[in-house]
Amino acid sequence: MTPLLSVENLSIGFGHEEPVVQDVNFSVSPGETIALVGESGSGKTISCRAVLRILPKAAQIRSGKMIWRGTGGAARDLRSLPERQMRDLRGNEIAMIFQEPMRSLSPLHRIGNQVGEVLWLHGGKSESAARKEVLECFERVGFPDPERTYKSYPFELSGGMRQRAMIAMAMVAKPDLLIADEPTTALDVTTQAQVLGLMKELQQETGMAMILVTHDLGVVANMAEQVVVMHKGRVMESGSAADVLGAPAHPYTQALFNAAPQIPATPTPAPPLPREDLILQMKDVSKTYTLRAGKAWAKPTIVNACMGLNLSLTRGKTLAIVGESGSGKTTAARIALGAELPDPGGEVLFRPTATAEPVAVHAMDRATRTAFQRDAQMVFQDPYSSLSPRMRVQDAMVEPLEIHNLGDRSSRRDRAAEMLRLVGLKPEMLLRYPHAFSGGQRQRLSIARALMLDPSLIVCDEPTSALDVSVQEQILQLLEDIRDRQNLSYLFISHDLAVVARIADEVAVMRRGMVVEQAPPETLFYNPQHPYTKALIAAQPEPSIDRPINLKLVAQGAGSPDSWPDRFKFSGISAPPLVQVEPGHKVRCHV
Amino acid sequence: MEILRYAIYRFGTMLLTLLVVSVLIFVIINLPPGDYLSNQIAELRASGQSSGVEKAEFLRKEYALDKPLWQQYMIWMGFMPGPHGFSGMIQGNFGWSFEFDRPVAEIVGESLWLTVLVNVAAVLFVYLVALPLGVLAAARARTWVDYTSAFVGYLGLATPNFLLALILFYYGHKYFDLPIGGLMDPAMEGEPMSWEKVKSILIHLIVPTFVIGTSGASAMMQRLRANMLDELGKPYVETAVAKGMSPSRMLTKYPLRVAFNPFVADIGNLLPAMISGSVLVSVVLGLQTIGPTLLTALKTQDMFLSGFVLMFVALLTLIGTMISDVLLVMLDPRIRYEERQR
Repeated sequence: MTPLLSVENLSIGFGHEEPVVQDVNFSVSPGETIALVGESGSGKTISCRAVLRILPKAAQIRSGKMIWRGTGGAARDLRSLPERQMRDLRGNEIAMIFQEPMRSLSPLHRIGNQVGEVLWLHGGKSESAARKEVLECFERVGFPDPERTYKSYPFELSGGMRQRAMIAMAMVAKPDLLIADEPTTALDVTTQAQVLGLMKELQQETGMAMILVTHDLGVVANMAEQVVVMHKGRVMESGSAADVLGAPAHPYTQALFNAAPQIPATPTPAPPLPREDLILQMKDVSKTYTLRAGKAWAKPTIVNACMGLNLSLTRGKTLAIVGESGSGKTTAARIALGAELPDPGGEVLFRPTATAEPVAVHAMDRATRTAFQRDAQMVFQDPYSSLSPRMRVQDAMVEPLEIHNLGDRSSRRDRAAEMLRLVGLKPEMLLRYPHAFSGGQRQRLSIARALMLDPSLIVCDEPTSALDVSVQEQILQLLEDIRDRQNLSYLFISHDLAVVARIADEVAVMRRGMVVEQAPPETLFYNPQHPYTKALIAAQPEPSIDRPINLKLVAQGAGSPDSWPDRFKFSGISAPPLVQVEPGHKVRCHV
Repeated sequence: MEILRYAIYRFGTMLLTLLVVSVLIFVIINLPPGDYLSNQIAELRASGQSSGVEKAEFLRKEYALDKPLWQQYMIWMGFMPGPHGFSGMIQGNFGWSFEFDRPVAEIVGESLWLTVLVNVAAVLFVYLVALPLGVLAAARARTWVDYTSAFVGYLGLATPNFLLALILFYYGHKYFDLPIGGLMDPAMEGEPMSWEKVKSILIHLIVPTFVIGTSGASAMMQRLRANMLDELGKPYVETAVAKGMSPSRMLTKYPLRVAFNPFVADIGNLLPAMISGSVLVSVVLGLQTIGPTLLTALKTQDMFLSGFVLMFVALLTLIGTMISDVLLVMLDPRIRYEERQR
């Protein structure tokens, strides 16, 4: 079959610098999916944007050809096509889906308008003529009420729904080729599974070709026939998905494989955790927010961020809270740190040492709060924005000591140097500014800063979700090492079961403010009970083409609580209790 | 429907605000010790002219200046009957100017709507000039178009208004036969409105509009350019390009809509800034606007006159903010549907 698009010897560079993409070759045939895989900075995004010629202004295509054989049949080189003809191609023959559905739609225009626009531009259709096609397309991508979606604004839709709108926008003109740039990276796993399933279905229906840009080998295994592995602007390995994923030949591909976190196939459940020396206890913690409507006459709505949370963390262990966005996991962490107060009746108790009197975190005065802050620290999600770009590493690191008035100048500096060494950085780096560090190094800095006060509890809020897989692996390793060496306890917040699988001693799965299942990870993966936990596990894409995502299982658990099987079903906030089904394993179900 | 309801609600709050402002204005005017008449009485006594004193005493009674302050306020506003029954601001009686010895309405009369005219013309000028230039400068960022417009803009910002006024008068008169000073042909002052008069006003308006508007326009142009540049980097712009839109259509439909919000929100601030800023220009250019009158009134403690002028400026400001609030709600769905956290 003649390829629809063949990219030959593509090189792209910025200004007079070394090229960032060098000699890249790939081709797509009609109906086929090709995956460009790599970590950030590998040039995968730039390469696929070059096809549509929507590169940043400073970038130029230095050499190569991009031969396009669209519906017209005649081969055209996209590199030299006049801009006006290129414009006719964009959105009509080649469409694109972007990574961030939250920001890729204009906030001020209705969804119907933005999607229909593709048809007005290319089909010359009027708004009313295009409307019917748009509504059909909305129905096809799974909007329950297309008419309503047509009139909605992006901020009225959830992330998954916005990505569906983006897909509708890309599909409405029935393109020959769809370029999807990390289409599901910003989405929750269960949503990701559903969106991937939808893309695949649409492809089978229309017979379009697809270029999928991703960093996730699991996504590749589920979607692609062809794989191109990229690293630092060059192709490392390419071939059919079965070959590349089944027997990776290039060492870089192998390294990617080893770094990808996976849910282990567990042969045995774990014994329950010891409960004698609890560092942190949350008893009956609930949190409700009142959202006041913008208008004076509308009724305020009540949001239950957390409901009846009972969690305890054993000293020296890691308790992970896993859940999707909006599940209440971050609220729980903020309450544990005393940054937010639980509703009356809830208690948070913290014991700095095994024998000390517990501190009531929910009712601290100023002095206890200051003391508590020395014992409990936090590592944030985004290492790019959690370090001030105007402070030297040294200043950022000694700041906690200055605030608590500990030590003198030289002892503070010594402590900073020591902590840098502990996290695997060099003390010489103390005088640098954060911009001189990579993402992984910055996260090491954040960890070092959290350790400066010698805390006993660290709350990690998605510490690896902004990082590449290979770096994620290193940071998790580091967190584990430090925990065991310093006898730290972690409260670990994550949306990713696979990440949690390796570091946690106990996992609490949260859904809409409630813990639905709680167990040590081995037990949880060996014997998941709750449909939502099962959905989370099933939705995790695995880098093997023999184990595709089971969409049915995902759909069953990820829906609303009243669609769950009878044993787990409930509606509103009248949930069944958390029941112990075996030692150390609790499930929210009717007995 | 939603918007209409909001507009009505907003109008209500505007009236409330105006009431509060009126109290503030009244208190501030009365802060300096004495009033126009008591000052005059003291002066007359000192020079021994008792006949004048009687007249002044009579006026004090006539305008209820001998009553307690809160009653004076109520009478001034027309909430309470004065010596001549209900006759205050809300009944359309703006009071008496002691300095000019004429009713306030008569003094302010024509200059009131001339002020509005000059300033609305200047605001329109600001938007008409700043909008296309700002967008162009952003779309062609870091090219000669951008640099030229920035240069001209900074010139506009840096040149003092009165200097610009003098230069424009000189060359405008020399080359285009534009009139110097005033807002209409002196012969037409006080005449009823006619086509000739409108024409004369429009020709006289050219230079003042330019002078008052230039600095505002260049400042707004620079801000619009910066806002547009921010928006141009956003992913939704890329989405629009990937759809196959032409650059000009894309620019006006997406980033401009978003970048425009702050400028709509600005209308409320622009009006009062222009009015107070144009006082000096009005003096230099000899414009019959309200600015110079306000200056005299404040200096001589002519309380009813200054009170009225201040109320008028406050009203303009409030109307400006109301318009911009309602426009914002129409333009930005996010504000329309906004929910605030308590």
